[in-house]
Amino acid sequence: MTDAARPVEQSVPAAAPASLRRIMVPIVVFAGLAIAPWIAQFGTESFILSLLTRVMVLGLAALSLDLLIGYAGLVSFGQAAFIGIGAYAVGILASHGINGIALQTAAALAASAIFAAITGAISLRTRGVYFIMITLAFGQMLFFLATSLAAYGGDDGMTLPSRSLFLGYDLLDSDRALYYVAFVTLGLVYLACRMLVASRFGRVLRGARQNPVRMQAIGFSPYRYQLVLYIIAGMIAALAGVLLANTSEFVSPATMSWQRSGDLIFMVVLGGMGSLHGAILGAIVFLLAEEVLAGFTEHWHIIFGPLLILCVLYIRGGITPLIERTRP
Amino acid sequence: MNETRSAPMTARMTGPLLVLDHLAKNYGALKVTDDVSLTVGATELHAIIGPNGAGKTTLIHQISGLAQPDSGRILFAGEDITPLTMAERAAEGLARSFQITSILPDFSVLENVALAVQGRSGSSFRFVRNASREEALNAPARVILNQFDLLPRADVPAGLLSYGEKRQLELAIALATRPRLLLLDEPLAGTSHEESARIIATLKGLKGTLGILLIEHDMDAVFQLADRISVLVYGRIIATGSADEVRNNPEVRSAYLGEEAA
Ligand SMILES: Nc1ncnc2c1ncn2[C@@H]1O[C@H](COP(=O)(O)OP(=O)(O)OP(=O)(O)O)[C@@H](O)[C@H]1O
Ligand SMILES: [Mg+2]
Repeated sequence: MTDAARPVEQSVPAAAPASLRRIMVPIVVFAGLAIAPWIAQFGTESFILSLLTRVMVLGLAALSLDLLIGYAGLVSFGQAAFIGIGAYAVGILASHGINGIALQTAAALAASAIFAAITGAISLRTRGVYFIMITLAFGQMLFFLATSLAAYGGDDGMTLPSRSLFLGYDLLDSDRALYYVAFVTLGLVYLACRMLVASRFGRVLRGARQNPVRMQAIGFSPYRYQLVLYIIAGMIAALAGVLLANTSEFVSPATMSWQRSGDLIFMVVLGGMGSLHGAILGAIVFLLAEEVLAGFTEHWHIIFGPLLILCVLYIRGGITPLIERTRP
Repeated sequence: MNETRSAPMTARMTGPLLVLDHLAKNYGALKVTDDVSLTVGATELHAIIGPNGAGKTTLIHQISGLAQPDSGRILFAGEDITPLTMAERAAEGLARSFQITSILPDFSVLENVALAVQGRSGSSFRFVRNASREEALNAPARVILNQFDLLPRADVPAGLLSYGEKRQLELAIALATRPRLLLLDEPLAGTSHEESARIIATLKGLKGTLGILLIEHDMDAVFQLADRISVLVYGRIIATGSADEVRNNPEVRSAYLGEEAA
């Protein structure tokens, strides 16, 4: 079960320079995920595949949150709402017989962009704890809206009639195919985000995180850049929602619970903020640890919570910088 | 010795670059800016001196857009910029330095300046190309760093610079926005003798190419650099004129210079 995570710890080469070690982490993470299905066939394949697909999908959502937290200093406590929008786009359209993934994804992206534009325009006028609270409030608003959608299962949610169709074909019915769709999506979004944070746009945001007044004094209005980033991050999380609905073949308000938003923050902090692959690594460690602990006892939350807090306290800056700094 | 009589020729002919028109601001009962009117010509270096707490920094805050005046107007190149935000004013060509050093500590020295260049060169809604490799931004930044002898420190994180180096970076950032008016809040404070000399030399080099409003406690520097000097005491301008006029003004002597001598 720890196939994807194990190579990471062993991967630190003896005397690699810092820059090499920095690209080693994402390379090892993605290489591990690429070969995991091959290893999975020696175990309970469908269980491992569905677990790791979920890991990558939530890793994608954590990645979107790292854009906000790690690069713009915006601690959003409502990122799961966008996963919900993506999942419900699939669920609602599917229940009306629209099964094409292209159309479902387009709807998810459009809806999440609109929701992000409206809620972001308001939330970004606040800072710090107020920003956390208001994003949480918008997330809860959407959660309760979903519970009230009686036609779409209300509290209980709804089972999808089938996974999404790709150009009319049921390609995604194969667990492996779905796994690799999630893998390729995560990889492409990761590369796009790498570019984004290094671009002019990303540099303005990174500057505004350090010193917004200085940025204004040289002619940048951080608000506009933060709003565009908030929309981009929301759309990425909605993409994760589309994949999550297909993974579980089930959509319910739980996809956008505030606990899920909190889990995403933990993944980002655990993996190391502001590195992008740290968020993915955080998702891997978080979800595998959850799985392992849940196997021991049903009261795994009692162990998991304090464990997470200890991790955050003792591995300052998260797992990724820890690996990058390690000198064997 | 009042504002209109001592306005320089350039200002009278082309209109001044900056006009403060009866600016006023209170912090509670404190009149921090009390009916301040002054002008800065397009190529003038206008210094403001005054004791601690006179309201000099607050005045710069209002001109740059960091604070709003309660009443009065700020005209920049003939346009009323009072309703504009700080970022909009910067985009018009109004740059400032901060009395309390304000840099981007995690960015390299080069990146601090390149980002200021970026602010004035095209859209920053560009999402693909690596900004730190854009020569169009780095080359002008290196020229400015060289001017401050900071080029050897280009790749150092700005937060690790010495205090004096940070003061110079502060100035370099302001200059990198290619301003028409530079607002400088005590650029010499806390710098070593050599660093002061270098900053003064840089300012002399700049003089005549843009408007500068300089706040400074170092009287030698002020008397060397300024075309005109205004004296601010308790939020009011009590005198404006040439170095000699200000030096010999009895009100100034008692209110300010006298205190220093004593
Ligand atoms: N935000 C604020 N709220 C309340 N009072 C303030 C505020 N900012 C400044 N003041 C007060 O206004 C007065 C002028 O402050 P300011 O910083 O403008 O003075 P200054 O002339 O720049 O002084 P210095 O030479 O020490 O830098 C001071 O008495 C200060 O305490
Ligand atoms: Mg001051």
